[in-house]
Amino acid sequence: MLSVEGVSKSFDQFMAVRRANLTVPEGSVVAVIGPNGAGKTTLFNLITGQLKSDRGSIVFRGEEISGLPPYEICRRGIGRAFQIANVFARLTVFENVQVAVLAQQRKSTHLFRPAQGIAVAETHSILESTGLTGQARRLAGVLSHGDQRVLEIAIALGSQPKLLILDEPTAGMSPEETATTMTLVNQLAKTRGITILFCEHDMDIVFSVAQSIMVMQHGSTIIQGTPDQVRQNRAVQEAYLGGGDA
Amino acid sequence: MNRFVESRWLGAVAAVLCLLLILPLFAPEFYIYILALILVTALLAMSLNLALGYGGIYQFHHAVFYGVGAYAVALMITRASLPWWISFIAGPMVAALTGLLIGWFCIRLTKLYFGMLQISLGSLIWIIVYRWYDFTGGDNGIHDIPMPVFLMSTNSVYYFILAIVAVCLIALYLIVKSPFGATLQAIRDNPQRCEAVGVNVRQHQLMAIVVAAFFAGVAGVLFVGLERSVFPNMLFWVLSLEIFVMCLLGGWFTFAGPLLGAAIVVALRTFVSQYTDYYTMILGIILILLIFFLPEGVMGFILEKSMPRTQSSEGGR
Repeated sequence: MLSVEGVSKSFDQFMAVRRANLTVPEGSVVAVIGPNGAGKTTLFNLITGQLKSDRGSIVFRGEEISGLPPYEICRRGIGRAFQIANVFARLTVFENVQVAVLAQQRKSTHLFRPAQGIAVAETHSILESTGLTGQARRLAGVLSHGDQRVLEIAIALGSQPKLLILDEPTAGMSPEETATTMTLVNQLAKTRGITILFCEHDMDIVFSVAQSIMVMQHGSTIIQGTPDQVRQNRAVQEAYLGGGDA
Repeated sequence: MNRFVESRWLGAVAAVLCLLLILPLFAPEFYIYILALILVTALLAMSLNLALGYGGIYQFHHAVFYGVGAYAVALMITRASLPWWISFIAGPMVAALTGLLIGWFCIRLTKLYFGMLQISLGSLIWIIVYRWYDFTGGDNGIHDIPMPVFLMSTNSVYYFILAIVAVCLIALYLIVKSPFGATLQAIRDNPQRCEAVGVNVRQHQLMAIVVAAFFAGVAGVLFVGLERSVFPNMLFWVLSLEIFVMCLLGGWFTFAGPLLGAAIVVALRTFVSQYTDYYTMILGIILILLIFFLPEGVMGFILEKSMPRTQSSEGGR
């Protein structure tokens, strides 16, 4: 579904991503791990068009997408939840998701027709599947951190993605919220058939959820393989997992 | 907004409208003229607020669209001898086209840089109008613009302005409540997130600028109907600053806030100026107090007091 080959990105003299490779098969759950500053978020920014790569190719469903603006990449089926809760603070939870649904349905430029009656069923369906129905009328800005992170995922679902990219979806969450969020991610992958690509620091989550793991260090790919292959890889053990304890 | 609050607001709007309709029956002509001026200025401020308050676009030189609309009408009537009704329709369209042209350049930049470029391009139009004596009348402006008979008395002009402003406000309200309005507010809150959900942010911002310029053009046309004059100060950046203050004063996250802001500023300008030359100093003091005590403006304060914080307010949509 997604193939990243030899992608690099530099900021002045600093090379944040160095000839990185990543393969995401359709219907899979793939994790990207690596120490802080390994280039995970930069890689996600390159895939979703927030940054333009210096070299390499990013192919999504057979089409080269590197260089396209973020909204064009989203329209091709890549949704994203950000590392820091990135919601529309002055809109209600319902409106947050509805905006994404309207954009996906190409209705966001409609004038003079009340938004109240458009994309309501689709929006409610997403709120229900993410457990946010009870919060629908609340302003997003007053939600708890955990609920804002779930809303992040709900907004991303509003664009009906084929591939959903989650940047540290459980960062800053309590253990209960983390468990709920990862159950939700698993459910989305199974019930909606969405391919998931995520990065996460919690190794328990990564090794229990991901079918394939890509390990990054200093912007480069060390390995991509099954959880067992990653566990047994000597380079990974030395560089990241601390001597084979994972 | 829940049904109770909505019905309260509808009741208030109906009461204000009734009052505005019967006022010319007993109020002195001077007050009717001031009221008409407030309505025109309110439409101008609310058009700015579509881009500023709802879209988060730093529209620093909005007055240029007001002036272009007004000059377009004045020039079409006095220089091209076009019928008044064609000129009145064409004026806002010329303003919208100007908005498209200026906006096309400006949306490549963001925030302060956007505002600075807009001030530069707007000032360019102002200086052309200010200097081109043969065509625009230069700093003298154009006066005694012929108007149709039914717009000759203060009361009839007032009713004409009231009708057009009412239609425009309904249109603006529908736009704010439309999918476009919802998306515009999302862009204001978080443009990066909007791009990531498939919204072409620049396209929406450009649309907002054009629509706002159109309604500013309508306000410019109405001003010509009221004053039968145009002058270069209508395009000067100082007026843009004044409209900006109206939005902040009334509440730039609310629909009706700029209307209230316009009423306060025009009333202050009219009545305080009778007693002192330092009207702008008083406006400055009010602005400082506002920033400290009512950062969301007068209407924002009223809404906050009348609605639960956790629910969608007018500010939300």
